[in-house]
Amino acid sequence: MSGFTLTPVETKPLSFALPVIGAAGAFVGLFVGTAHGSGLMGVVIGAIALMALGFVALKVFGLGMEKTTRKAMIALFVVIGWLVAGLPGLVLGGLFGWFFSWFIFWIGEGRYRANLAPYLTSGQVLWHYTFRVICGAIFIFLITPILVVIPLSFNAQNFFTFTPEMLRFDPAGYSLKHYQDFFTSSGWQQALRNSLSIAPMATILSVGFGTLAAIGLSQPHVPFRRAIMAILISPMIVPLIISAAGMYFFYSRVGLQGTYMGVVLAHAALGIPFVIITVTATLVGFDRSLTRAAANMGADPLTTFFRVQMPLILPGVISGGLFAFITSFDEVVVVLFVGSANQQTLPWRMFTGLREQISPTILAVATILVVISICLLTTLEYLRRRSERLRGLSPG
Amino acid sequence: MKLTKTLLATTALTVAAGTAVTAQDMADSMTLVSWGGAYQASQVKAYAEPYLAANPGVTITWDESSAEAVAKLRAMNEAGNVTWDLVDAVASDSMRLCDEGLAMELDHDEVLAAAPDGTSASDDFGDLLVSDCFVPQIVYSTTFGYRTDLLPEGVEPPSSICDVFDLAKYPGKRALQKRPIDNLEWALYCDGVAKDDIYPTLGTDAGVNQALAKLGTIKDQVVWWSAGAETPQLLADGEVFMGSTYNGRLFSAIAEQNQPIAMMWDMQSFDLDGWIVPAGLPADRKARVMDFLKFATDTQRLADQAAYISYGPARDSSASLVGKHADLGIDMAPHMPTDPANAGNVHIYDYEWWADNRDDLNAKFQAWLAQ
Repeated sequence: MSGFTLTPVETKPLSFALPVIGAAGAFVGLFVGTAHGSGLMGVVIGAIALMALGFVALKVFGLGMEKTTRKAMIALFVVIGWLVAGLPGLVLGGLFGWFFSWFIFWIGEGRYRANLAPYLTSGQVLWHYTFRVICGAIFIFLITPILVVIPLSFNAQNFFTFTPEMLRFDPAGYSLKHYQDFFTSSGWQQALRNSLSIAPMATILSVGFGTLAAIGLSQPHVPFRRAIMAILISPMIVPLIISAAGMYFFYSRVGLQGTYMGVVLAHAALGIPFVIITVTATLVGFDRSLTRAAANMGADPLTTFFRVQMPLILPGVISGGLFAFITSFDEVVVVLFVGSANQQTLPWRMFTGLREQISPTILAVATILVVISICLLTTLEYLRRRSERLRGLSPG
Repeated sequence: MKLTKTLLATTALTVAAGTAVTAQDMADSMTLVSWGGAYQASQVKAYAEPYLAANPGVTITWDESSAEAVAKLRAMNEAGNVTWDLVDAVASDSMRLCDEGLAMELDHDEVLAAAPDGTSASDDFGDLLVSDCFVPQIVYSTTFGYRTDLLPEGVEPPSSICDVFDLAKYPGKRALQKRPIDNLEWALYCDGVAKDDIYPTLGTDAGVNQALAKLGTIKDQVVWWSAGAETPQLLADGEVFMGSTYNGRLFSAIAEQNQPIAMMWDMQSFDLDGWIVPAGLPADRKARVMDFLKFATDTQRLADQAAYISYGPARDSSASLVGKHADLGIDMAPHMPTDPANAGNVHIYDYEWWADNRDDLNAKFQAWLAQ
């Protein structure tokens, strides 16, 4: 906590604090209760228990003994969690205890106003925190499915199940065998090789064509710029299954269906819109007088492009390329149509594997892909910031 | 002298060319389509690996697309670009593909190996040759597994299909396949309809309503599955008390994964799975596929497959050759759906009746599900 407060803190009356604390208890109780069969019971028990705790903490012990009270409360939750659900209960109990002991004093002592402007009405204060809770809930909603996959991929069993051993944090419940399966199975390794040979090639094509198209379309004198742009971006807007079916029949006629080049071209077509959009966005900040200055100093257009324009739009090109790479690397619909069994990519194998054989190897692969995606997106974010910095420095 | 040498050399070349002709006529790669998972693994072990050992230089690519074989073969045919050489399909799909001209009609006695004792292939496969395009590999069944540890205390384990409908005695969720086939028959059977009267009854609107009403008594306790892997997952999770799925999947969960699950074989529904050859293959690919097909469906190969998965071989002559599980060393015969102990009361589902009524009943079933 910073020592700096905007509003002086004052202790709130119990008539305000206890219902709020009770409501928080009821909210958590709803989840715990639903998990144990009765949501209503959970709400009632949660509300009563929290109000009782709040009363004891605020009224009986009071502010002077805050540290001791908080410690006692955490200990209480840990013991209850341990009795109810063993080791995982202990961890969860500790977290709940830490949160609620903080929450009780935060509400009861009116600390929630400390960092807000003093003139805010109660409604505005309420909204300030409600807004944050909603944002947090959305974040949890988005991230939980990904987080659940990671521990499951270390399952010692061949099912998507948190076994009792796993919940007890028993090492016997965990294993790396699904990772081993991924790294030793020839099918998965072939799929990995296919993905790694298709995605970079598709990325190179997307980046090449996409950058050229973006530069061309940003020239003011090109006729029908908007129409051409719309057509080039259409693979992003048209439902994938329609592009895929169309490509399937077209590629079959010209002999590209089921070939490496066919899949690469199809993925390049899907990746080009991303490159066009990011490069076009970078070109907005590009000062055209630089190309004129270069020409003035005797550089031909090609030299100008590589020595002046390219370095400045490079962040846009790279981030577009990364998007194109991820598009190809994650793509399953088009490759199912355009590829043949020899071009099975990782997403293809995951898709068929999930349908025919629910095996945690898929989760191991998913975990590996999540890690790769995080690395790529971190790079992307770094480049975006660098581009902003460069744009800030560039004149105009 | 010189002439003799030339002649000899020419002869040698001719001979070499003559022997090479058969091998040259065959393509050196094949794409086989199957279901993935343990079933495909058993085909790789029992059929593909021995074939590749005998024919070095041939490559086999597996495509796990049997689930959409009908749709994909239609699209390939339309695009004039059939990339599959041999497709594993269930009997009903094979019949559809045969009717549509997408699968090649075969003369079974000509293209398949005879049994070791000389019995012709058509006699060896017998009634299982349900279509001219279809070469059966295995008999599998859709049957039930239940969680032994979720059994209420003091209650004997379920032994009759009607226990599925008995929520009072066996509380808990059930997993059933999301299709009318089997479910409607089981419902009628447990509603007191005699086995022989099931299809005549189901042919009437009142019969369909009776079956759906019986299913309705457990509808709120049913989890509907569409892929064979779902029921073992649900059972392993303890999400359901009992559920139907393919018997090989249950065997794998019980014997290989050591799950607390047991089989309930009563009124298991037999079905067939086998190969079809797509119509219109070029001559070299067709020659290779036929060579493989003859090898992979002979008596020994079909019996070998049973060492990896608990599906019954489709040839009569293979039954006596079924041995032990390749890794676990347990006797496979008692785990076969065709074993006399398991096949006491079986449900033989009527392909032709379902071919005629499938679309209609599917629509009714889906409408009922949505209610």
